[in-house]
Amino acid sequence: MSGTGGKGHLSAIALVAPLFLFIAVFFLWPLGTMMSQAVSDTAVLRILPQTAKVAANWDPETPPTAEMKEALAADLRAADDRQAVGDMTRRLNSAQPGFRTLMSRTTRALRKDDAPPLSEIDERWDDPRFWQAITGALSPTTDRYLLAAVDLERDVSGNIVAMPEEASANRDIMIRTFWIGALVTLACLAIGFPYAMLIASTEGWKRQLLLGAVLLPLWTSLLVRTAAWFIILQDNGLINAVITGLGISSEPLALIFNRTGVVIAMTHVLLPLMVLPIYSVLISIPGNLMPAAASLGANPLRAFVRVLLPLSLRGVASGSLLVFMTAIGYYITPALIGGAGDQMISSVIAFYATGSANWGMAGALGIVLLVVTLLLYAVYGRLSAAEERRN
Amino acid sequence: MSELRIRFDHVTKCFGSLCVVDDLELDIAKGEFVSLLGPSGSGKTTLLMMLAGFERPTKGRILVDGAVVDTTPTYKRDMGVVFQNYALFPHMSVGDNIAFPLQMRGVGKAEIAERVARALDMVQLSALSDRWPAQLSGGQQQRVALARALVFEPRVVLMDEPLGALDKNLREQMQLDIRALHNRLGLTIVFVTHDQSEALTMSDRIAVFNKGKIEQIGTPREIYDHPQTRFVANFIGETNLLEGTVAGRSADGLRVRLSNGAELTASASDNYTPGENVLVSIRPERIRLDALHGGDNQFAAKVADSVYQGNHLRIQLDEQAHDFVIHLDRKAEQHAPGADVTARFQPDDCWVIRS
Repeated sequence: MSGTGGKGHLSAIALVAPLFLFIAVFFLWPLGTMMSQAVSDTAVLRILPQTAKVAANWDPETPPTAEMKEALAADLRAADDRQAVGDMTRRLNSAQPGFRTLMSRTTRALRKDDAPPLSEIDERWDDPRFWQAITGALSPTTDRYLLAAVDLERDVSGNIVAMPEEASANRDIMIRTFWIGALVTLACLAIGFPYAMLIASTEGWKRQLLLGAVLLPLWTSLLVRTAAWFIILQDNGLINAVITGLGISSEPLALIFNRTGVVIAMTHVLLPLMVLPIYSVLISIPGNLMPAAASLGANPLRAFVRVLLPLSLRGVASGSLLVFMTAIGYYITPALIGGAGDQMISSVIAFYATGSANWGMAGALGIVLLVVTLLLYAVYGRLSAAEERRN
Repeated sequence: MSELRIRFDHVTKCFGSLCVVDDLELDIAKGEFVSLLGPSGSGKTTLLMMLAGFERPTKGRILVDGAVVDTTPTYKRDMGVVFQNYALFPHMSVGDNIAFPLQMRGVGKAEIAERVARALDMVQLSALSDRWPAQLSGGQQQRVALARALVFEPRVVLMDEPLGALDKNLREQMQLDIRALHNRLGLTIVFVTHDQSEALTMSDRIAVFNKGKIEQIGTPREIYDHPQTRFVANFIGETNLLEGTVAGRSADGLRVRLSNGAELTASASDNYTPGENVLVSIRPERIRLDALHGGDNQFAAKVADSVYQGNHLRIQLDEQAHDFVIHLDRKAEQHAPGADVTARFQPDDCWVIRS
């Protein structure tokens, strides 16, 4: 398109515009919405704008002032969206138990024309703790979901402290998620590396066949594959039938509804993501390096460790990263094949998103997952950049 | 011949029904530089691969220092191999590449450092020890590969067209360098090439390969001056081949009657019987264009073409002189196309080959 610089530029933009539009509408916008849900907290501020103004100068250690109470009463009278008031109440109740009854009593009282002052409606309005809960919830942004996602919270004075043990299990589930991801990555590596070497060492139809065998699962629906494993792994399934049939064990092995089953099924599903990057690196390694190592006196094992393995590390790194990043987001397989103790963070996110409509928590957990993934990716980027400088 | 180092004992290598090395016998002495020369597919590289242990003979045996090595894995054979594309390890520095064979042999750290330094010095790359192979030029990579193959003092050094990827000047320099190393270190070198001038420059002996067999083996001088087959005469250098029959013997050599009735005298080794069909090979640079009164081996002809080629003038004569190709010193007078000339050569300068 030389000579028509401006025009060519425009048509290039026009060509990629659908893509950008698609990404913006179906990826960036929902992602942004979810992430802002995780830090936004306007449920209280929306209903109590006057209170917010008056309470800005209040010292939380002192009793609430009369102006604050008047402003709150005015705000509550002005509120006509019952749904929004409900949201606010739930928000305040989670910070300070007792708000639910307090709010319903107060709003009922305020509906009368000659409503008494707040202190007379309920004496709890003289308790600074309830006002601390309100002022604490007035900020339009919050880190409480993010903190809660990693089992932290703020105490009354605003310091970040660990949640009580029984309050939340997010951190345990997060660690479990990474642990399962690591196990699956290791299993994929242990199976995938030799397999990639096997593919790379063959040619013609054999190579096509071996590649097809690893690609086939990739073309099958995840749900179908998981369901197949469900059938194979159960107590009277294929594997246990063989084991008991051969008399290796009289009892069927526990392969389903536990960690073993989850790792087996996830390894199978994710294996292509490990094999393909390693394979593509292996076939790019010049064929005469291993013969050269042998001629220089390296036995096959040492030649592998000193030459082939270091040269294929880039493929191992990208394969492991792909498998791990995909594994920590897994939902269907642990849900179908795992037991209660094998649920991963995605199922917790799903619970908050669809079960309890707590979009803030769902978004916060999603952010944590995203940050971990990006960190890993950054590490990988640094490593591969270092390697590129060498070549 | 001095002490025997390598013996190929009736070695055959077949891939399916195709035999690329066919019942081949070859002895190589300790300290000898032998080139395996031939067109691609003639089996020379396969022979080298069998010697290195990358391939197994289908039939026959290979002996090194008197011991059969056919079941010895490559890494125990103690042979330095220089590959066509150098095969340097891209993830190791130049120094680490050269240290590799020593590490594999469990040589101590201090000694490795010293021997690597010496090897680098030998190929004049001491300054580049910390570089990565990818940062080196082709010629430098070649020298690293050479140092790596020599540093552990192998019994034999095998080279598989190691200079093929270099440009002409560098290639010629490397030929002389390798030749000098061979002389200095007393290395036994088996060198595969398809470049006949490379083989002539470097070798003690050349084995000319054709279709899995050795057509002829001998010193560069023997191969060039006294080829034994049409293939060798054609493959090594440019030559004029004339068909004829043996007419008899004269004091100067063998009398050969050419197909057009003319006769010439040529040197020959074997016993030829009159009437036998033979070829006469005359090298282009041995033919002169000055008539000698009453001399033998003279052909009057016209110049068909004349091409200036820098260090010589390439002249093609017409059919009266059998389309001779002649290389003349470029200072010689110009022979324009159409000029009448007489081509002449000594009986010593032409050679009879059995056809």
